[in-house]
Formats: sequence, structure tokens, C-alpha cells
Amino acid sequence: MSMNRRSVVKAIAAGGALVGASVLMPRIAMAAWTTKAFEAEDQATAMNELLGGAAEESAEVTLKAPDIAENGAVVPVTVRSSMAGVESMSIFVENNPNPLVAEFMIPAGTDADVSTRLRMGKTSKVTAVVKANGKLYSASKEVKVTIGGCGG
Amino acid sequence: MSMTRREFARLLGMAGAAGVLPATGFAAKKQPTDLYEVPNSGNVRLLHMTDCHAQLMPVYFREPNVNLGIGQAYGQAPHLVGDKLLNHFGIASGTLEAHAFSYLNFGEAAGRYGKVGGFAHLKTLVKRLRQSYGSENTLLLDGGDTWQGSGTSFKTRGMDMVKATNELGVDYMTGHWEFTYHQEEILNNVKAFNGEFLANNIFVTEDALFDGADEYIYDEDSGHVFKPYSIREIGGARIAVIGQAFPRTKIANPARFIPDWTFDIYDSEMQELVDKVRAEEKVDAVIVISHNGMDVDLAMASRVSGIDVILGGHTHDGMPQPTTVKNKAGQTLVCNVGSNGKFLGVMDLDIRNGKVQGYNYRLMPVFSEILPADAGMAKLIEDIRAPHMDWLSEELALADEVMFRRGNFNGTFDQLICNALMDVNNAQISLSPGFRWGTTVLEGQKITMEHVLDQTCLTYPETYVRPMKGSELKLILEDVADNIFNPEPYLQSGGDMVRVGGFDYICDPLQPIGKRITEMTLDNGERIDANKTYTVSGWATVGAKSDGPIIWDVVAEHLRDKQVARIEKLNTPILKNVADNPGIAGYDKLS
Repeated sequence: MSMNRRSVVKAIAAGGALVGASVLMPRIAMAAWTTKAFEAEDQATAMNELLGGAAEESAEVTLKAPDIAENGAVVPVTVRSSMAGVESMSIFVENNPNPLVAEFMIPAGTDADVSTRLRMGKTSKVTAVVKANGKLYSASKEVKVTIGGCGG
Repeated sequence: MSMTRREFARLLGMAGAAGVLPATGFAAKKQPTDLYEVPNSGNVRLLHMTDCHAQLMPVYFREPNVNLGIGQAYGQAPHLVGDKLLNHFGIASGTLEAHAFSYLNFGEAAGRYGKVGGFAHLKTLVKRLRQSYGSENTLLLDGGDTWQGSGTSFKTRGMDMVKATNELGVDYMTGHWEFTYHQEEILNNVKAFNGEFLANNIFVTEDALFDGADEYIYDEDSGHVFKPYSIREIGGARIAVIGQAFPRTKIANPARFIPDWTFDIYDSEMQELVDKVRAEEKVDAVIVISHNGMDVDLAMASRVSGIDVILGGHTHDGMPQPTTVKNKAGQTLVCNVGSNGKFLGVMDLDIRNGKVQGYNYRLMPVFSEILPADAGMAKLIEDIRAPHMDWLSEELALADEVMFRRGNFNGTFDQLICNALMDVNNAQISLSPGFRWGTTVLEGQKITMEHVLDQTCLTYPETYVRPMKGSELKLILEDVADNIFNPEPYLQSGGDMVRVGGFDYICDPLQPIGKRITEMTLDNGERIDANKTYTVSGWATVGAKSDGPIIWDVVAEHLRDKQVARIEKLNTPILKNVADNPGIAGYDKLS
């Protein structure tokens, strides 16, 4: 890969020179039927509305998130899966007022690997759900949000 | 009343014969003249200092009597205090060593044995330990928290300490409080530093990279702001030194000074890095100079394999011996060497046939009255201090008892700070951060401006006064308590509990967040109401700059007015479920 990191970042910013860059804009593709899912106030409802059920934990879903958020307003999260037939990847923050954060559609032939930033008001479990071949798989991790400093 | 060096040596000699010092412990094993001689062993000598907090001059430093270990840390190093610590490491009580490593009988022993640390004395010890081993086979590593903690480091933005560590001959360092200056200042200081500043866990943010940070960072492709590791041929061995900066810097300290950088603990990346240097760089040993804090280092050592030694800092634990952690590839030694220039760790490694075959370790207390000052370093320190002496040397009040900070809850000096905030800023309640730096003042000593700066000097020193609901106050206490008592080390931040003034509370460290703090009660006996509003004063806000007067001026004003610093009431909590914990001693508020 001859492109250096800066060019990659610039390319993304410049409007998606990379295959799969369009997955960075999930809400644009949001269909009317997802509104209920994004507006749901508890995770089970959101998951049910969006994906039609609950997911089973799988080691083939990788969720990368910090143990403690440096800044709750922009918590970096990466979801990856090496499974075949991935159709979508969605992210939930259980303790957010609206737990569903994003759904990424993964077109056939695309690496199932997305990174985004979440806003988190307080410590919460973060769950990534991968839909592959019609089935739901998940991975979760608790991310701590602290007031910071030493309380002084 | 402290002794001269000759008197000290004479006392040690006599004591050995007269049985004043028991015939165990290192002071008794040697003649007084060779207190600091270490027999040479192995082929590589690592000298390790950390968390000096810019203390160029000798100081007093009292070790804690409360340093609780929760969960797996219960009863384990470093969560041992007093006799429990001495017994664990086989140190006889009443010895010089017992004084260095524990809080026991602190005031009297400090009066007898004198001050510790000071760069001129440390330099003499470093020089001796290098020359006696063959300087070319030694390395001096500094775990950071070097550029902050004194009036002169504040005035020079850490540059005084860059000069001092250059003079001392530091080969490698990593950092934490170094990052409380502005990005450009940090980069300037790193440039002026003669050794290498290493950090494998500080990355540039993508936004910053886009804005031109690629001009100054170490590696544009990996995003490392600083060099992550360095390779050195030494004593016939090839070793890697990896830097691990404090992973919670942007949470514990203001993020606004270092907007372009991001920190964390990356176990899988650390494992990849260790595997890579072993495979590609063909090293015989991997050393990590770390500012994780000891609990985090112990956890990291169990999760990442292939590291031979972690030279750790941050939590200010002066541990006489390393802890051996077993992991997949074998074992890792985890050291922690205290703070404020009080100790120097000496790790002699026997590295042969591609691996570490054995080690000898000593943690040496730096007693300033036994080690003569190095002339070159003394001159540099004098030059650094000269322009500021009027400020530093002002005598503010007489200490009515030993004034100290270190410990999980309010120390006496913290109480002075809390009282000053309430008094000068006219508040009902005060909060002061549970930092672990801050030197000790003996009973009968004059508290000078320099002592106040030792306790308060940082780059965001403004105080605040603001109305706060009882529920907010509880939230703060719960949050900070979780930072030290969460049983998962990666969720701890390494500070002590926030110090409080004007109210007491009950704390049960074994409970989860939200349930540790109960019965917050004002000094007048009135219970704090979750919905009622109180006037609270504090300092060192990380979110945004506060607008009140500078903390050291507030404390100085209070002390000038009082003339005698006396603690009428210590706002330490009543503690539940820790009476049998080996990390607490001499603490009477237990239930």
C-alpha cells in the first residue's frame, strides 16, 4: 500500500476515494422503517425493531473500545468480523437515552470492518451486532465514562 | 537537629556493635562506609528512578499508613503498610531501612536520619553505581513525573528538570505530568533532553494528522507521537527498552493542553510490539519503562508475555523487591521505586544465550546526609533556583505536627489545604485532589512557600467556588473512589481519594460504584442532603480553567494569617470492611 496515513485520511475527507467509504455515513441510508429502532429507549426494543430479534455472543465478532473513555463525547469504537456473508453491523450503547447508535450496511465483497465514534453520557455496556447470513451475532464491552481529574 | 554525615556514619558503626540496629536488614549487613556499595553481578545494570516530581533539593517524605488493596490486590505488594510491609520484605523494625520504606515512627526517625533525595546527592550515587560496574554496561531510566511538582519547574515549564536529568545522565524516560505543559513546550523539552523520550501508547488523533501534526510526530504511518522503543547493545547483550506513558493522562489531567494526542493501554499492540522486537530486532531482553502504576503493571504483566522487566512508577510505591508475575512465556519482574527522589532502583541482570538468566535487585534509599553532593549538579541547581529564592524561601507558619499527604485519604497537609480553601474562599465545603506527590514537613519546622508549592504546584492551579448539590458531591466522591477501589486495575487511575474539608463520610471500599459513600455529614453534625445546595471550593479543575485565585496563594494567605499550622479535625472517613486489610495501620476510624 503506497498511500500514507495522511493521504488516506484526506481521501476519506475528500469524499470517499476508498471502496467502502460510503459505509461511514449510516444515517443517510436510513430507511423509514429504522426510525422506530433509532428512537427506541431501551436496547431490547431497539434491537428487535432493527434486526428482528436478539443476538448470540460470538467470538467471531471483534469489538474494540477503550476500558475508560478519554472523552465521553467521542468514544472510538471499531467493529470487525471475519465471518462470511456479513450484511450489516450495528452498535448499541445500553445506557444512552437511545441505545441504537448506528447501523452499517456491508455490501457483498466488502471487508466487514468499521470504525466510528460514539457519544456516551455515562458508563455503559457497548454491544456490536453483526448480521450474517440472516443470523445475529454479538460482542459486548463495558466502557467507563468518568468525570475525570481527581475530583478536586 | 539532623546529624552531620560523620555523626551518621559513626552512629551506624556504633549501632551495629551495640545492638541498636538488629543484625538483619541491609544496614546491618554492611559496614557503614559501604552502605551504598552493591556487589557487581550479571552483565547489565539498570538504574531506575521515577516520580521525582521535580524535587531538586533533599526533602522529607513520609510513606503511607493507608494504601488499601481491594480484590486480588488484597494483602499483596504494593498494598502493604507499616509492620506488614516490613515483615513481608524481611526488614527489621527500628532500622534505617524500616524508616525509608515505612511510615513508622516517621517524625522522630526523620529527625535522626535526615532528608532524602536531592539531585546532587542522587548524582553522587548514580555516578558511584555506574563507575563501580563499568559505566558502559549501565543504563539510567526515568519513569517520568519529572518535569512537574516544584516552583522552579513551573516557572521554567519543566526545562529546569530537562537540564537536571541531562546532568544526571538519564538515558531513557517516559511521562505523565510531563503532558501538563502545552504540546509545543513538551516537544521543545523532549528536543532539549539528551536521552530518548519513549512512549508506545501515545498516538496522534486523525483530526490532528489532517491538520499537519505529521510534521512533528515520530511515525506518520503508525501514528506514534514519540519513539515507541529503542534498541541498545550493552554488556554484550542486545536489549529493547519500550516506553509506556500514563494511559489515563487525558482523563486525570487537562486534555486541553494536549489536544492532538490520545493515550490508552493497548495490550494486543504491546504484545505485537514485544513479539516484533524479539523476532525482528533479535533482542536478548525486553525492558518496559512504565508509568502505568503498579497495579496496572502487574495486570499488564499477566496479560502480555515476553517482557523481562517492567520498571514502573506512577503509584509512588517504594517496593524493596520486584513482584514476579507468571505469564504465558515465562515471567515478568515488576518494580516500583517510590517518589520524590527518595529511592534509586538497581537491577543487575545476567543476560546470556539470548535470555535473562537471573537478577539481583536493590532499592536504595537516597539519604542526603550520607551521600555527599555532586559539585556540578549542586551548581546547576543553585543556578536554577537563584532567581526564585525570594519566592520559595518565605516562611509562612510553624508546623504543629508532621504535615504530609501520601495515603488513600486526607493527610495533614491536605487538611491544611482544605481548611485554607474554606477559610480564604469562604466556602462550606472544600475538595482537594488526591495526588500522590507533595513532600513532608516535620513538627517544629517552618512551612515555607516552597513546601506549599511541593503540594500544589501544577499548571492548572486556579481555585473555584461554586454551588453544588449534595447529590453532585456524592457523585464526585463515588467517581474518585471507583478510580482507586475498583477491583479491575485497568479501571483505576492511580490517584488517592479526593481530600475533603468541612464534612465527614463513611466509605466502604468493597462496594461497587454508587454504594461506597454514605452518611456525608457536615462538621456541624448536619447530614448532607442530596437536593440541598452547598458552597464548595476546590482547585485543579481538568475540564476548563477556573477563575479563582491560585491555590498556593490561597494556602499561603491562610498560613500567614494562622502563623501556626494546626489540625483541629481531620476529615478522614470512617472505613468499613477493611479492619483486617494489610494495607491499613494506625487508622482509628474503622467500623
